[in-house]
Amino acid sequence: MNNNNAKIEVLGSGCSTCEKLYKITKEAVSELGVAVKVDYVKDVQRIVQMGPMQSPVLAVNGKPALVGFTPDMEKIKKVIQDNL
Amino acid sequence: MSIFYPVQLLADWLTYSVFGIAQKTLLASAVNFFIFDTIKILILLSVIIFTVSVIRSFLSPEKIRFILSHKNKYTGNAVASLLGIVTPFCSCSAIPLFLGFVQAGVPLGTTFSFLVASPMINEVALVLLFGMFGWRIALIYIASGLVIAILSGIIIGRMKVEDLVESFVYQNSINAKTDIPNMTWPDRFAYARDYTWDIIKKVWIYVVIGIGVGALIHGYVPADFLAQYAGSGKWYAVPLAVLIGIPLYSNAAGVIPLVGALTEKGVSMGTTLAFMMAVTALSLPEFMILKRVMKTRLVLIFAGIVGVGIIFTGYLFNWIL
Repeated sequence: MNNNNAKIEVLGSGCSTCEKLYKITKEAVSELGVAVKVDYVKDVQRIVQMGPMQSPVLAVNGKPALVGFTPDMEKIKKVIQDNL
Repeated sequence: MSIFYPVQLLADWLTYSVFGIAQKTLLASAVNFFIFDTIKILILLSVIIFTVSVIRSFLSPEKIRFILSHKNKYTGNAVASLLGIVTPFCSCSAIPLFLGFVQAGVPLGTTFSFLVASPMINEVALVLLFGMFGWRIALIYIASGLVIAILSGIIIGRMKVEDLVESFVYQNSINAKTDIPNMTWPDRFAYARDYTWDIIKKVWIYVVIGIGVGALIHGYVPADFLAQYAGSGKWYAVPLAVLIGIPLYSNAAGVIPLVGALTEKGVSMGTTLAFMMAVTALSLPEFMILKRVMKTRLVLIFAGIVGVGIIFTGYLFNWIL
């Protein structure tokens, strides 16, 4: 699968849970073998603009897919596959 | 029989049999108190934080914002304060919450009611108050916290201080109705488990130190020793307690066991409640963070109003209780 337009973002305020989510998401993407770039965004206004008021947020193609907690690897893979 | 009876048995066994400390000595009393309280508080914290986290997974801040953007001025303050009780609050989420509320059209006064109630009435403080002083004091704490949050929000709302909010805040506006993905039951439990573990990891050392110092005071300081310095007759005790409480935010979990012991030695209840409220609601790091979205004057107004409310509550309960 090679999707050039797809975009995965991890948004957070730089707290430890946010960094953990970013790390697991990158691993999940490489294990899934999808060629999608994972960005780490620290702009709070961007989180709020997207809708949520909690961090971390995992957004796929600009839409929040996970909000406020960091689940395990399997769940993250499923969320990415479902929303990509 | 108390549900903590088995914990008392364990504490007795450890103190008298394992450590071999002679019964009825000061050392035995301090060690026994320390073991019993540490285990009891950690069990209470784990169970209650887990339960509250599961409940909270049904009431996301986004849902709360939707509710608040549809309330009128005064019911808004009350609902915001009540919702503040179940919402977790760490100073790192103060900015997204503030922006998210204000930009979705929630009135400033309502937003402040939430910002006061959310950190002040939190489950860690309640568990510890309940564990140390019983349910009556825990309820008094909740009720006075709610009154302070509602009144502070109404007063700030009346003051028309919108011009003291940084201008970029009002340049963006967002929709109050957002589609946040739903959580499944396994998600809720995973969230509650992680959240509980995070909090316990963060606070256990303060709880242990707080109880440790508390145990020393319990065992070695004569009863009523502190009444001469901080009893209800001393007018300066309440404001002093509030001032000391401001920089202690992150240590709320350690402060309460300590305060439990101080109360036993003569610090009056109103002073204790005021101190607890200052520790949770007036936090220096939170003020620094809020300066990113509002002018220093508004932070000072906010701190001033809440501070006066807390001092008033302290005097009130010193007088009543």
